[in-house]
This record gives sequence, C-alpha cells and structure tokens, in this order.
Amino acid sequence: MELLLFILVLAMILGVELISKVPSQLHTPLMSGSNAISGITVVAALLSAGTGSGLGEIFGLLAVVLAMINVVGGYVVTDRMLSMFKSKSGKKQ
Amino acid sequence: MTGDLKFGIGIAYIVASILFVVGIKMLSSAATARRGNLLSSVGMLVAIVATLLTRGMSYTWILVAMIVGSAIGLIAARKVKMTGMPELVGLFNGFGGLASLLVAWAEFVLKGDATAYSTFTAIAIALTAVVGAVTFSGSCVAFGKLAGLLPGKPILYKGQQAVNVLILILALVCGALFVCQGAYPALVALTIVAIILGVLSVIAIGGADMPVVICLLNSYSGLAACLAGFIIENNVLIVAGSLVGASGLILTTIMCKAMNRSLANVLFSGFGAVTESRGASYQGEAKSLTAQDAYFILEAARSVVFVPGYGMAVAQAQHAVRELGELLEANGTDVNYCIHPVAGRMPGHMNVLLAEANVPYEQLVEPDDSNPIMPTLDVAMVIGANDVVNPAAKDDEQSPLYGMPIIEVDQARTCIVLKRSLKPGFAGVENPLFFKENTRMLFGDAKASISELVTEFKDA
Repeated sequence: MELLLFILVLAMILGVELISKVPSQLHTPLMSGSNAISGITVVAALLSAGTGSGLGEIFGLLAVVLAMINVVGGYVVTDRMLSMFKSKSGKKQ
Repeated sequence: MTGDLKFGIGIAYIVASILFVVGIKMLSSAATARRGNLLSSVGMLVAIVATLLTRGMSYTWILVAMIVGSAIGLIAARKVKMTGMPELVGLFNGFGGLASLLVAWAEFVLKGDATAYSTFTAIAIALTAVVGAVTFSGSCVAFGKLAGLLPGKPILYKGQQAVNVLILILALVCGALFVCQGAYPALVALTIVAIILGVLSVIAIGGADMPVVICLLNSYSGLAACLAGFIIENNVLIVAGSLVGASGLILTTIMCKAMNRSLANVLFSGFGAVTESRGASYQGEAKSLTAQDAYFILEAARSVVFVPGYGMAVAQAQHAVRELGELLEANGTDVNYCIHPVAGRMPGHMNVLLAEANVPYEQLVEPDDSNPIMPTLDVAMVIGANDVVNPAAKDDEQSPLYGMPIIEVDQARTCIVLKRSLKPGFAGVENPLFFKENTRMLFGDAKASISELVTEFKDA
C-alpha cells in the first residue's frame, strides 16, 4: 500500500514535469491523447469482467465497452488531429 | 508457472508505462507528436494484451465488449468534425469516468463480504465511485453546453453555495458510512450524490469557461483511473492515471492563469452571469470600414498578424482565413497567427482549426511571441476574438478583466476588428479597443468578410 502511494507521487511529479513542456499549440491533442490514456481503466474492467460472475461481470463488461470507446476513440482522434499539423517544409514536399 | 506468468504481466505493465511516458514526452513538439501518440497507443495495446493473459479469464463476452467499444470509438473519432472536437473530448472524458465508476461497482460486488477487504480498499472503492460519477455527470453537462443542447449561460440560483456545500457533506457522510459498513445502500447513495454534485458544479459555469472545465474533467478521469488502480492494486493504472491527472491539472492551471482568475473563482463565481455592465463604459465613435478599404490596408501591409477567437470557429471561417493568409504571403507580406491560450472552447482549439485549414504550425504563435513586436506590425486582424484583446485588462483597474494577459492588438499600427456588432463579448465587458484611434471595425459575418477580401485580392 505504501508502495502504491509512492508510485502515485513519483508518477505525478513526472507527469507535471512532462506536461509543462508541451506548447499551447498542442494542448488539444495533449488533452485527447491523455484522455485516451485514462482509458487504462480498461485493465481493471477486463479483470472484473473476465474473472467475475453475475452482476460484477455485467458491470465489468459495460466498463470494458466504455473504456474501449475512450481508448480507441481518443487515440484515433488525436492521430487525426496531429496528422493535420504540418510544417512549412512538409507542405512543400 | 503461475508465478512466471504473473511476473511477465508485471514486466509488460512496466513496458506500457514507459511507452506512455515517452509518448507524452514526444507530444512536446509538433514534429514528433504523432509518433508519440502512436507509441502511447502501443503501450495501451501491451497493457491490454498482458491483462488478457491473466489466468482464469473467460474471453467470449470480453471480446464482444471490446469489439463493440472499439467500433463505437472508431466511428465517433472518424466522423467528428474538427469544430466538434470540444464536445467529443468532453464526452470521452465522461465515458472514462463512467468506466471507472463501473469498475468500482464491479469490484465491490465481486469482493462480496465487507470483511473480505481492508479499509484501504474500501476507501479506494468509495473515492473511485465519487470521482468517476462526478466526471461522468459533469462531462455530460459540459457536452450538453458545448453542443448547444443546454444553455451556455451559467445557471445560478440563490443559496447555490450552501446547496453545494450541503451535497459535499452528504457525500462525505455516505463515504464514511460505506467505509465503515461496506454496505450496498451507502454506495448507492454515494454514487447518486456524486452524480448530482457533478451536474450542479458544471451547470454553474459559463460557456467561455469551458476550457477550464474540460481540463479539470480530463484530470478527474485520470484520477478516477488512478484510484481504480488502488482498488485492484495495479501499478499501470496508478502510473497512467496519475499522468493524466497531472496533465489535466497543469492545463487547468495554465487556463486559469491565462484568464487571471483562480480556479475557485472559475468554479464558483458564475462569471459572466451578471448582466449589469461592470467597469467603465466607453463612449466614442467606432470607425467602420468596408472590405475594400480593408483590402487597401492589407495590400500595403508588410506584416499582418491574425488573432482568431471563438467567433472564427462559429463562422467556420478558418479556411477562408488561411486562403487570405496565403494571398498575403504571395503579396510579400509576413503573416502570423497569434493564439491566446483560452481562445475557443478548449485549450488549443484555434490551433487545431487552423492546422486543419492547412496553416503550417510555425505560423501559429503565442502572445508572448507577438506582443513584444506588436508595435512594429502593420496590421493586427481580430477575427471573432473579444475579451482576449480587450486593452481594459491592462489599464482599467475597474474592469473585471483587469490583470488578464491579453494579445496587445491595440499596439499594432492598424487594428482591424471583424465583428457582427459592437456587442460586448462573453464576459459582458465593454471593449475600449473598438473606439481606439487606430482601430477599424469591419462589420458582418467573419467568413463573408474574409471571403470578400479574398475576392478583392484575386481580382486585383
């Protein structure tokens, strides 16, 4: 349990360091991209759905559907946005 | 054997975490961002596959659920127009929150007896449920506001603060009850209270403050995933969740700073709801000009900076603006687009629209880049932006905008403002910019006006 909290704190600090370096130009893709990462909850959902039964399994399955929408939708839309960011030299090619 | 497999899955989770971190790091430059996003998605794939290898999984329904979710996500992501991006991101946030809420419920149901788990786990379940539910209902309201299904104005009523505090206390009581007893009714009550809390806190926030809300909800969705990691004691959830939590929190701070307001002020004050005019009211004559006059000014200009705002998104004028920009460049003019951090309905909103319209990212600059050189620029062209260019933020201490960092378009040699009327912006604050000596108003729909200018250039 202490270990988990330890990891939490370190990951937070790392996150703050990383994200402060993202230019405001890329804030929307950053948001939708990190949004996709928050779909990591799919791991927990898979475990509940795959090893559980009854009501727990149903909740788990619903969570899998929602988290997958979040994951796939988030990554695809971010990629779509980022593919539009072209540099001047890239445009001429 | 079982031990080996568990170790292998653990290693895979570490790999996934590394990919997330590197992916986010690569997002710090437009040149590497796309590969970064790809790496992060590979990380997610690794985490999912590793989880599926867990012993004793039954696959049939899981695969169905995964396919259904992926298909919905794929279609939504492909179909959405770039102008609809804020709504979509808001909605995805909500789904993430609801997924975490459901995980909390699933784990609670599966663990069964309250004596079967520790107080620590009980707290984790309660917190995940609360944060997940607030994220979900809050995002639904934000989506409604952004999509125009709900009124964009903040909904305020008497005793709002008291009601919010009351609900917060109620949530704490339910949470404490659940942790002590581990019983169904307390968790049901807690979930319901949290859903109400999410709705009430977002309906009180106005449309122009949505960038802050979206960031905050983004942060919550990460936090919810992180808390779910504490329920199942899983590192990859904690790492990825807290990365997202931190990301949302930083963006929230940046947005608040760009508006010169505290987070508490954004969340609780219902900014812009007060209709009586605040700050000094400005008298004077706004000088208007025709598209043809504007053409002559632009044609002679050596440097032009465009300052887009939400009005450009509403008028769908970004393609016309890019076309005008290209014509100006062909005419030998130096063209840039200066974007205020809070322009639009989501952080970076204008950048995405202009990138879609094929504006190279080198030309998308920040206020810190263009303000120092503003006095040397021939023309600043304001397209559908208002509060972010209001000079009262600099020199009128009475103005509610006072202290907010702005784009100092009034410092340019000539400032052309494209606007439908002299109506104040979202914040209801009068804009003295319109009455300045070097400001010219080009009235009308932004897209129509720009198209007219484009035609003038082509005919010339």
